[in-house]
Amino acid sequence: MCLGVPGKLTQMYDRDGLRMGKVDFGGVVREACLAYVPEAQVGDYVVIHVGFAISLLSEKEAAETLALLREVSDLNAELAVQPGEERL
Amino acid sequence: MKYVAEFRDADLVKRAAEQVRRAVTRPWVLMEICGGQTHAILRYGIDELLPPEIELVHGPGCPVCVTPLEQIDKSLALASRPEVIFTSYGDMLRVPGSGRDLFSVRSAGGDVRVVYSPLDAVKIAQANPDKQVVFFAIGFETTAPANAMAVHQAARLGLRNFSVLVSHVCVPPAMHAILGGEHNRVQGFLAAGHVCAVMGYWEYPPIAEQYRTPVAVTGFEPLDLLRGVLDVVRLLEAGEVKVVNSYARAVTFEGNRPAQELINIVFMPCDRKWRGIGNIPMSGWALRPEYAQFDAERRFDLGEIHPEESADCLAGQVLQGLLKPTACPAFGTLCTTQHPLGATMVSSEGACAAYFNYNKAAMLDEVSRA
Amino acid sequence: MRDVVKSTIEGLVCPVPLQHKERIVQGHGSGGKLTHDLIAKSFMAAWDNPILNAGDDAGVISTLGHSRLAISTDAHVVSPLFFPGGDIGRLAICGTVNDVAMLGAKPLYLTASFILEEGLEIEILEQVIAAMKAAAQEAGVQIVAGDTKVVGKGLADGMYISTTGVGLLPDGSNINGAAAKPGDAVIVSGTIGDHGIAVLSARGDLGLETELTSDVAPLNGLVADMLAASSNIHVLRDPTRGGLATTLNEIARQSNVGIVLKEGQIPVKPAVDSACELLGFDPLYVANEGKLVAIVAAEDADAVLAAMRKHHYGREAVLIGQVKADPAGRVLMETLIGSHRVVDVLMGEMLPRIC
Repeated sequence: MCLGVPGKLTQMYDRDGLRMGKVDFGGVVREACLAYVPEAQVGDYVVIHVGFAISLLSEKEAAETLALLREVSDLNAELAVQPGEERL
Repeated sequence: MKYVAEFRDADLVKRAAEQVRRAVTRPWVLMEICGGQTHAILRYGIDELLPPEIELVHGPGCPVCVTPLEQIDKSLALASRPEVIFTSYGDMLRVPGSGRDLFSVRSAGGDVRVVYSPLDAVKIAQANPDKQVVFFAIGFETTAPANAMAVHQAARLGLRNFSVLVSHVCVPPAMHAILGGEHNRVQGFLAAGHVCAVMGYWEYPPIAEQYRTPVAVTGFEPLDLLRGVLDVVRLLEAGEVKVVNSYARAVTFEGNRPAQELINIVFMPCDRKWRGIGNIPMSGWALRPEYAQFDAERRFDLGEIHPEESADCLAGQVLQGLLKPTACPAFGTLCTTQHPLGATMVSSEGACAAYFNYNKAAMLDEVSRA
Repeated sequence: MRDVVKSTIEGLVCPVPLQHKERIVQGHGSGGKLTHDLIAKSFMAAWDNPILNAGDDAGVISTLGHSRLAISTDAHVVSPLFFPGGDIGRLAICGTVNDVAMLGAKPLYLTASFILEEGLEIEILEQVIAAMKAAAQEAGVQIVAGDTKVVGKGLADGMYISTTGVGLLPDGSNINGAAAKPGDAVIVSGTIGDHGIAVLSARGDLGLETELTSDVAPLNGLVADMLAASSNIHVLRDPTRGGLATTLNEIARQSNVGIVLKEGQIPVKPAVDSACELLGFDPLYVANEGKLVAIVAAEDADAVLAAMRKHHYGREAVLIGQVKADPAGRVLMETLIGSHRVVDVLMGEMLPRIC
């Protein structure tokens, strides 16, 4: 249900009362509706699904996920608090 | 591509797989409920990297597969009308209705057009004032904001020739149906990352609690999938019931507020039949009365629809994770991607098609011997 | 602009026939003067060669004593007619030249048959004709016979072109799809998926903007260089409709061998990758019109690659896999992360998906 592809916002403008933008996926550019990411700025990365930005990508979270995986196998890491955990 | 390539890094993937292997001490049954994840797991051979103790079961996460036969038949009826331009996401074109599909309606003269975005369907309506444009609004919560915006825009622009055939489904009720099912074997859940990008994951803690099933919000790249599996397995091994976010770069707890708001303005919950499973109460979305004029089912008289499902198709059991595609008697014989019996063989994310296309069973043995 | 002749005679006046310089009309397909004028002024003037100029119903060609000919035919119905990197005319010439060249034959003569839509601007037709002339010159082939028909408005998408090509097979040459052997190297001449994505973007209805161009090109020169470098080239094929995956499956079945590919080795341009991600396509299934796959005895792989890389159309040639005895008739991919999956033929049409 979820073909969502990350792309870089390169332009923003309004059309027919909707916030729209050009998103660069690396050699291919497509217009997308930005109504659901009002905080997005040019240069940000967004997830595009059927021509709509549904999420703003967090560079910080991405880096953290990768950093955790790059850690050499460490028994201690398995006992410590899990990242991204929601306290219920 | 940034945010994609890094999460396919072969080295990191191997390390993550290694971490899963070390974390596991006994068998666990995990379910993923997103067709895109099924597709990715089989395309990258993730299940090959996981230890044998982990059984990955594929849930009804393909909206194409679960769109009820009645709605498919209605789409065929609408597309066959000479005054209609029928627009749809590409996925729906080969899904078999009762005997036909949209492709065959097209070859019989129906104006059926594939669109990438629902806003393209609105543009087609603007460009063709003499025609009625109908858009097949299917999908899970991920697609609802886009479909809702198309209706919202059509209303704002005062379009009289645009309508939608709605068939939306929601994940949480499906999870209740599966985890609450008599024969449920699922112990841990990989939640659909992009559904959660829209809806957040505030709906899942009560479900996790009720069924004592840990949940990891999971993405789609190999590293994301392994991350999700690792997080759920660690919780299971520790006997903890929690919801964790393994796709934090795209998902927050609250989700996308503006998207949820517009969904609420245009849609309201309704009962929905899931193809192969049956009715799941309050598991779908329908247009609110204020937008009823955009409902294609009201605008057109579709007559009597008598859906007829193939007797040999066991998609329902596959969708609930009760049957592996390869165990279905029709798999690969009566039912192939060339002549599918049911939706799970048609959609490229349907579990049956994914197994058929990427099926490794005999092949893998041969490769390891070669 | 109407040519109006004022007459001083009352009653019926025979109007001067309109020149119809601008658009194709039904009359162009009737076989009369309009047809002859169109052929003389638009086709023959551009393609000018003694065989064609003879103006007979068939062209006379000599086979110079060789015993075997390779012959191929193709219809071209691409829309839009003009796309970044090429057009229907270049596609028609290169497609047929390449089919003949894939047998290791030297393409020599082509025929071209046109079905034109009433209302087509003649200027467009002439642009296509000029493109065919340029492609034929590049490939070193001659267009020696042709035909023109006109169909009603709304048919033929502007124009359809059918081409047949004939080439000479050297004695002893046995390049064919059933000739792949376990241990052979699998080589591709360059990046895959360029043509399909370029044409899709040009159609406009998916809203993609890209600098990508079609790779449409005549490959007979490249093939000649490869044949000079090795006499152990077993199979040559151009992966057009259905893409690399479909072509390799055909070969695996014909030769009853397995083919194992390495995902990391398969060359794909970033723009093709991105477009495929966005639409949910796999570059392995996207059409190419200027690439070839070669299956070569392992010991000659380096020499063939070196020869290819010296040629403009083979400059990005790379080894992408190996032929194995098993699993017979199937193509496997060793993924980036080291696992394996089966690569099947394309089923039906590739459509953008949301899942």
